[in-house]
Amino acid sequence: MTNLILQSVLFVVLVVLLAWPLGRYLWKVMEGRKTWTSGIFVPVERLVHRLARIDPEEEMDWKQYLAAVGIFSAVCFLAVFALQLLQNLLPLNPQGMSGLSWHLALNTAVSFVTNTNWQSYSGETTMSYLTQMLGLAVQNFVSAAVGLAVLFALIRGFTRASMKTIGNFWQDLVRGIVHILLPLSFVLAILLVSQGVVQNFGDYQQVSVLQPFVSNGTTIASQTLPMGPAASQIAIKQLGTNGGGFFGVNSAHPFENPTPFSNLLEMLSILLLPFACCFAFGYAVRQKRQGLALLAAMLVIFVACLAFALYFEQSAGNMEGKETRFGIVDSSLWAVTTTAASNGSVNAMHDSFTPLGGLVLLVLMQLGEVVGGGVGSGLYGMIAFALMAVFIAGLMVGRTPEYLGKKIEPWEMRMAVLVILGPTLTVLLGTALAAVYPGTSAALANTGAHGFSEILYAFSSAANNNGSAFAGLNANSVFYDVALAVSMLVGRFVPIAATLGIAGSLAGKKLVPVSAGTLSTNNLLFVGLLIFVVLILGALSFFPALALGPVAEQLSRIR
Amino acid sequence: MNIRKTLVRSLLMLLVLTLLCGVLYTLAVTGVAQLFFPRQANGSIIQKNGTAVGSSLIGQNFTDPGYFWGRPSATADYPYNVLASAGSNLSVTSGDEAAAVQARIAYLRDADPGNEAAVPVDLVTASASGMDPDISVAGALYQAGRVARARGLAADSLAKLVAEHTQGRFLGIFGEERVNVLELNIALDALARQ
Amino acid sequence: MNRRMKSNGALTGRMLLRAVGDSFRKLAPSTQWKNPVMFVVYIAAILTLVFYFSALKGASDTDPDFILAISLLLWFTVLFADFAEAIAEGRGKAQADSLRRAKRNILAHKLDRPDFEARSVDVDSERLILGDFVLVLAGEQVPADGDVVVGAASVDESAITGESAPVIREAGGDRSAVTGGTTVLSDRLVVRVSSMPGDSFLDRMIAMVEGASRQKTPNEIALQILLVALTIIFLVVCATLLPYSVFAVAQLGRGAWVSVTSLVALLVCLAPTTIGALLSSIGIAGMSRLNQANVLAMSGRAIEAAGDVDVLLLDKTGTITLGNRQATAFLPLDGVEERELADVAQLSSLADETPEGRSIVVLAKEEFNIRARTLGQSSIVFVPFTAQTRMSGVDIDGRRIRKGASEAVRRFVEEQGGAMDAQCQRIVESIARSGGTPLVVARDAEILGVIHLKDIVKHGVKERFEDLRKMGIKTIMITGDNPMTAAAIAAESGVDDFLAEATPESKLAMIREYQRKGHLVAMTGDGTNDAPALAQADVAVAMNTGTQAAKEAGNMVDLDSNPTKLIDIVRIGKQLLMTRGALTTFSIANDVSKYFAIIPPLFLGIYPALGALNVMGLHSPQSAILSAVIYNALIIVALIPLALKGVKYREVPAAVLLKRNLLLYGVGGLIAPFLAIKAIDLLLVAFGLA
Repeated sequence: MTNLILQSVLFVVLVVLLAWPLGRYLWKVMEGRKTWTSGIFVPVERLVHRLARIDPEEEMDWKQYLAAVGIFSAVCFLAVFALQLLQNLLPLNPQGMSGLSWHLALNTAVSFVTNTNWQSYSGETTMSYLTQMLGLAVQNFVSAAVGLAVLFALIRGFTRASMKTIGNFWQDLVRGIVHILLPLSFVLAILLVSQGVVQNFGDYQQVSVLQPFVSNGTTIASQTLPMGPAASQIAIKQLGTNGGGFFGVNSAHPFENPTPFSNLLEMLSILLLPFACCFAFGYAVRQKRQGLALLAAMLVIFVACLAFALYFEQSAGNMEGKETRFGIVDSSLWAVTTTAASNGSVNAMHDSFTPLGGLVLLVLMQLGEVVGGGVGSGLYGMIAFALMAVFIAGLMVGRTPEYLGKKIEPWEMRMAVLVILGPTLTVLLGTALAAVYPGTSAALANTGAHGFSEILYAFSSAANNNGSAFAGLNANSVFYDVALAVSMLVGRFVPIAATLGIAGSLAGKKLVPVSAGTLSTNNLLFVGLLIFVVLILGALSFFPALALGPVAEQLSRIR
Repeated sequence: MNIRKTLVRSLLMLLVLTLLCGVLYTLAVTGVAQLFFPRQANGSIIQKNGTAVGSSLIGQNFTDPGYFWGRPSATADYPYNVLASAGSNLSVTSGDEAAAVQARIAYLRDADPGNEAAVPVDLVTASASGMDPDISVAGALYQAGRVARARGLAADSLAKLVAEHTQGRFLGIFGEERVNVLELNIALDALARQ
Repeated sequence: MNRRMKSNGALTGRMLLRAVGDSFRKLAPSTQWKNPVMFVVYIAAILTLVFYFSALKGASDTDPDFILAISLLLWFTVLFADFAEAIAEGRGKAQADSLRRAKRNILAHKLDRPDFEARSVDVDSERLILGDFVLVLAGEQVPADGDVVVGAASVDESAITGESAPVIREAGGDRSAVTGGTTVLSDRLVVRVSSMPGDSFLDRMIAMVEGASRQKTPNEIALQILLVALTIIFLVVCATLLPYSVFAVAQLGRGAWVSVTSLVALLVCLAPTTIGALLSSIGIAGMSRLNQANVLAMSGRAIEAAGDVDVLLLDKTGTITLGNRQATAFLPLDGVEERELADVAQLSSLADETPEGRSIVVLAKEEFNIRARTLGQSSIVFVPFTAQTRMSGVDIDGRRIRKGASEAVRRFVEEQGGAMDAQCQRIVESIARSGGTPLVVARDAEILGVIHLKDIVKHGVKERFEDLRKMGIKTIMITGDNPMTAAAIAAESGVDDFLAEATPESKLAMIREYQRKGHLVAMTGDGTNDAPALAQADVAVAMNTGTQAAKEAGNMVDLDSNPTKLIDIVRIGKQLLMTRGALTTFSIANDVSKYFAIIPPLFLGIYPALGALNVMGLHSPQSAILSAVIYNALIIVALIPLALKGVKYREVPAAVLLKRNLLLYGVGGLIAPFLAIKAIDLLLVAFGLA
């Protein structure tokens, strides 16, 4: 019990302490200010621009920005899609993996481009090294950087006044990758290798086992150990809230997450950038407390969910689907962390969590991935909720609402509503479709209420770009591959488009000066209100579905 | 807004970034890893008499009463099938999971008659990866009597062996205390030979 | 006074009756369509009715009586919403009726040139167009809005303002506007028509109070978007429950799909019907409250903006100080007799009809017994005060006598080679420092002395401004006084800032400057030269006594012509927004309890264990759903008074207001329905209805 609290508290404190300076650095980099690393990274940044023939000074309005995001993402999708279909014809394929089916390739390409990293496959039996490093690992960087770019476009909406433009997408994209994601990943990758994460281009290794055994009449005398450039990809999948494992069981795989120390590093990496975004936001709008308020709201929900999950798992002594080196505490801590952030990597099997422990994970995703959420996307999602909170609170104090000095009018409301509506409706409708789709129950590992939870989890995860799964669901079928791909696309690009819409409109507005009549958005009252709005919108949207899933399972269990 | 221009830029940008994040970054990490951590980067292989007998990170299936057994594995085809790495994904409220746990308890009891100690939970629940290299210290000690009997060793020498192979928490705080089954069993073989 | 307008505040039996009738009239789909949230209920009501009839034929998943009960309750929900709107409109309609009585078609004497002697043709008042000249005789109604171009007359404007005392309307100056429908009591006027038929002040007033031209304001639209979004979510939540239950039944191999009637009931309960039903009433009621304050808004937008205003430009006179500054002393310069100064001052003020001017005449009489003279000489020319010269006086026998602000008089004497000496400066400054107004008197190039005018700050304004400050509203005093005088009064009255020696241009510049910084500015004005500033201000209240130009430029007209009204207008604006916010919060918070009421019976056939969620211990599945639906309908009626009256508003900082309203409507909204639904359930059981 003491250790449980100590681990949890230390983890939260550590991640916040690390996120703070990183947030400051993030802000400086994205605003093009000088930092101690500028000497190395600015030339790289310039080189990239020159090679890609981009004028980083060219300003874009929100529609141009959105078009750039959209077209770039489409190009990325096609590249990854093609790479998977053709991997058998391409080099760096020592295991001779064949090309993927169109639907699995489609699902995976969408999944990595949307920062979801839902995996209907196991990396070690499906993907060639080339696909992993040129396709998937690159998208891990790019999709996270797109999230950062959109966030900073939104931030410019707040900091600029009476302007049409919100920055340059290419510059934002490259800055995020060159100054932040690449160096952090490099350091993390090396640390992970030191713990035993593999990093090589060798063939899978055959080793004889200490005690051969007979299974179904066959003597098993050896093991084939998967190899590959894993550490470099795992580092960015954690930092970029991607979560797509190099190996099938993700960070439960000993080669992906070998020790408690690697586990701690990977957990910290999950929340590091989402939290740093909050600090960066505070610095960028010149009111640190505004960033802290959003972070505080996230932390309160995070800690509450963590407490519930730990309680449910620990009191059940549930070690099913958990690894010994992590135990119940680190497994629950990871599960809450990875669903709070839209990471989705796992170090334990969520499907085998207790019903209510699993419910906590479902809820964290269904809240819209705003408790940390994705790199960039978590914060812009939270800001959409803040606009809602400000709107309702503004009315209650008799002012047309404003946030950070910008008036919230019909356009902003329409867009903020879209940010929230997009994923929410996709989850509900996708689950409904799957529930009545013929033959759907054949894909389930469990029946009854838990079976329903598996479907609900899949769509909650996809539409909120999380990527984790109740892995009992066998999702590699035409129906699931396509339905989940559509969910991921809606869950990613509807909020992006709406966020950029907000950014464009806000940038054009005047700044309203603060007075005593202005609703403060950096005090406890507002934090409380924001939490209330996030929770009530989530609760009202998903209460019935959750009642039919984990709640029914819990209440009907026979023990 | 020129769509064609943006398309060309997107292509170029993706190419440049692929070069940077896909090729250069991966090669740089691999280079440093191979230079400074060659053993870890290549799978932490355990060599015994010049042949690889496994990885210290990947569990193996032990069924002989004279070995410590690892966690139950739910991998397809046979236990500890590394390329089919998976957990059971069973709901813990389902009868299936409860039945599996009961069967494992019974099996452990059968294999070790007279051992009335409570069965540690990690010995009867499937791990997440299906190749968990570790068991809890309690899990190892629970089996010490059976192994000692099968090997004709003193039970307390095995307890000592378990203690030697117990890995602590990181900084005494993070993770769980655990015993690496493969390493323990290799040491057990060595002990038995003496 | 204002009997007519104020009497509409109370609801009469006749109005209630009319509202009931209107509620049914509003059931037309074309009307329902305009309110998306209630339209969903409307469709649900129709659907359940269809279910009922098909149930009678045996095709049903539920007991037909239950379906009928739900359907009836949904129809009541729709009717209650209509009633809420009708009752809010009722007040406006009553008001519009009496206005219409004033607007009759009459024969107008159309002139071919602006002259009493011009040839006149009688035409129908409807046919008058902009620019026509009409003659209006005593006892006749003014046929159209316009400006008096010839003559002066007393006019009864009670039809518009409710004020029975007649007012003077005369050619030129700031009292030249006349309104169609008012009656000339004495004398006669030539009026230049200033409006097109159908677009007169009266027409617009009728349209506004009736709510016919009521357009949705940006804030209302934004709220509507939120409500529609919630409705869409709940629509999908409820619609998806059917496939979910189908799945569950298939998985378990037992149980029954959820009943569609229950799903419809759940949808109606979850959709934000409370605020959806009351939203338009809140808007109409806000307008109506404004009307009761005798202020006429030309757009709903203006009221909402009033809630946002954070800079108030207040005219010193009448708002901050009692209207009249009184002359209290004549302070002659060395070498001038006090009596001589008083004599000249009186002379300069004889034609000055302002209260200050009159007070000088009065003081001269009191102190030196100088009586008003009849000025028969032909060489007398009165020089009226203008905002540009800032002086007034007379030219008499070739001598030019002026009194005015010290700067203006200094310029006047310097133009003629004179100068203002140090002693005069001292006197001016000492008066100004004391908060008084120095009026310097000059005869040609010679300054004779200074008149001390004293301003009296109204009782209680200081506290009022303190309250406004707490609300985050900055008050700025506008005055023609010199900076020192202005500063003294500003300090005494507690305003945040002041604009001294204000001219129309400087007012306009000030408003623009504040707006540039993002503030929303409100002001009042009456004169034609206020028009540019009024047009620029976000909330511009024109005095009804003011000119047509001022009224055109403003977005509200204060029929009482009371400059302090601005503060009430701000309060009404805020109240309007707060009422919306409070009821929205309440409506959303209510949903939690409704889930707890409806979810357990909904899934009873599939997961009986979910009965554990029936925390209210409701009697039966049917009584649970009925209770929730009944609550949902009744809460609309229960909240109509609040919607009409507006939530309580106090002048406190935003955080305090928010905390209070969150507690009341947020937490209250979470808890209240638990109790109410339980109570309704108990009643249903007690009456054997469930």
